[in-house]
Amino acid sequence: MVEDEDIDLLLNDLFEIYGYDFTSYSRASLKRRIVRLCSLDKFPSFVELRYKVRSDPDYLKRFVEEITVNVTEMFRDPSFYKSLREDILPILGTKPFIRIWHAGCSTGEEVYSMAILLKEANLLKKSLLYATDLNPSVLEKVRKGIFPLNQIKQYSESYIASGGRLDFSTYYTANYGQAKFDQELSEKIIISTHNLVSDSSFNEFDLILCRNVLIYFDKDLQDRVLKLFDASLGTLGYLALGTKETLKFSAIQNKYKQLNREKIWKKIQ
Amino acid sequence: MLLIGGSAGSLEVLFKLLPMLDADLPFPLVIVLHRRSSGDSSLSDLLSTKTLIPTREVEDKDPIAATNLYLAPADYHLLIEKKQFFSLDDSEKINFSRPSIDVTFESASEIYKSGVVAILLSGANEDGTKGLLSIKKAGGRTAAQDPQTAQMQFMPHYAITHHAVDLILNIQQMAEFINQLE
Ligand SMILES: C[S@@+](CC[C@H](N)C(=O)[O-])C[C@H]1O[C@@H](n2cnc3c(N)ncnc32)[C@H](O)[C@@H]1O
Repeated sequence: MVEDEDIDLLLNDLFEIYGYDFTSYSRASLKRRIVRLCSLDKFPSFVELRYKVRSDPDYLKRFVEEITVNVTEMFRDPSFYKSLREDILPILGTKPFIRIWHAGCSTGEEVYSMAILLKEANLLKKSLLYATDLNPSVLEKVRKGIFPLNQIKQYSESYIASGGRLDFSTYYTANYGQAKFDQELSEKIIISTHNLVSDSSFNEFDLILCRNVLIYFDKDLQDRVLKLFDASLGTLGYLALGTKETLKFSAIQNKYKQLNREKIWKKIQ
Repeated sequence: MLLIGGSAGSLEVLFKLLPMLDADLPFPLVIVLHRRSSGDSSLSDLLSTKTLIPTREVEDKDPIAATNLYLAPADYHLLIEKKQFFSLDDSEKINFSRPSIDVTFESASEIYKSGVVAILLSGANEDGTKGLLSIKKAGGRTAAQDPQTAQMQFMPHYAITHHAVDLILNIQQMAEFINQLE
């Protein structure tokens, strides 16, 4: 059993020693992750975990990787991608240049899905996709653009459900159980670590996707991050969140209008 | 807080149970069902046709209010935070399930301690038993659908044989039990 006070101590260490601030993460979920890690790495008690984190900078890397949830997939929620295809890209296409930010992109399945949409809309050449995450290790996978082949059947079904008309296999080369996605897609992706808690705005974007990241933050941090997005969006830019996340009740909601049933908002002022 | 967890064969139970419940239950009712992962949010619409209790599929950070029925969304674990609100989590499946009944039951027992009552319905999976055990340990009360009346006996039966269950109820008894809770 891990007590809340123990977690406070650990979070305090992380911040003071390493500058990582997890204090405003959703506590129920964070606690589950910490308990899970304790049992994964077979720490007899929480005290040992805390000691390891404090004294071993190498372990910190693992800690951050395991504490955050990196679950993702290509064309997750096909109806969302369908709406991007039909409602958003035609409008972005009228711009001379398109900048898209995937904040909390994890291993990049979302970014490659977007690159495929752009390619099919004939917009990839004039687009740049910024892929950022807190974890350097997931970003390494984005760079490689290699995903497990055993997922591809499902991805290809989702691709079709999102309105894709091509044979999905035209986008990758299969080799030893892995699918390597085309360089034409990856060369449009700019990769960088970025911590939504502590780093600031770094560009102006036409579309920001931050899906299934805010659920891990408490209300205050959500509000702060939404302000960061607001400051990073051009006028009439779009903000896309996960299916169960919302702008409602946030400090910026009055400046945005939700487009349809999908979680996509347009900045109207 | 009243929690109901179910898997295969439990939708039919809810269709019978919900119409028998008082519309003004003085506590929140939270339902966690295993469902196909394709986000069919029509399930909450369907449930709401069976009850006058205001029904809602949970979104992240929704406040928890009494006299409301909350349904865990497909593909997310449903957690309970201090200060009476929900949060969601898309971490690994537990017992091959997301949402997992164990996750919500354990989370509720941590926050509401002895103020939790949980019922486990029909299913073919081990999910729910660990959650019931932690609720019992925290002083809450637990019940399971009478396996004789369950389309899939395994899940309630598993909980009963692991000593996780105080009461074994058929649907009629479940309704009476819930309506007298405070
Ligand atoms: C569940 S994944 C979401 C992946 C993808 N957007 C999707 O919806 O499929 C959450 C990601 O958020 C990242 N993350 C968590 N906290 C973060 C922070 N403070 N700054 C940036 N990224 C963060 C995690 O490392 C993880 O890769």
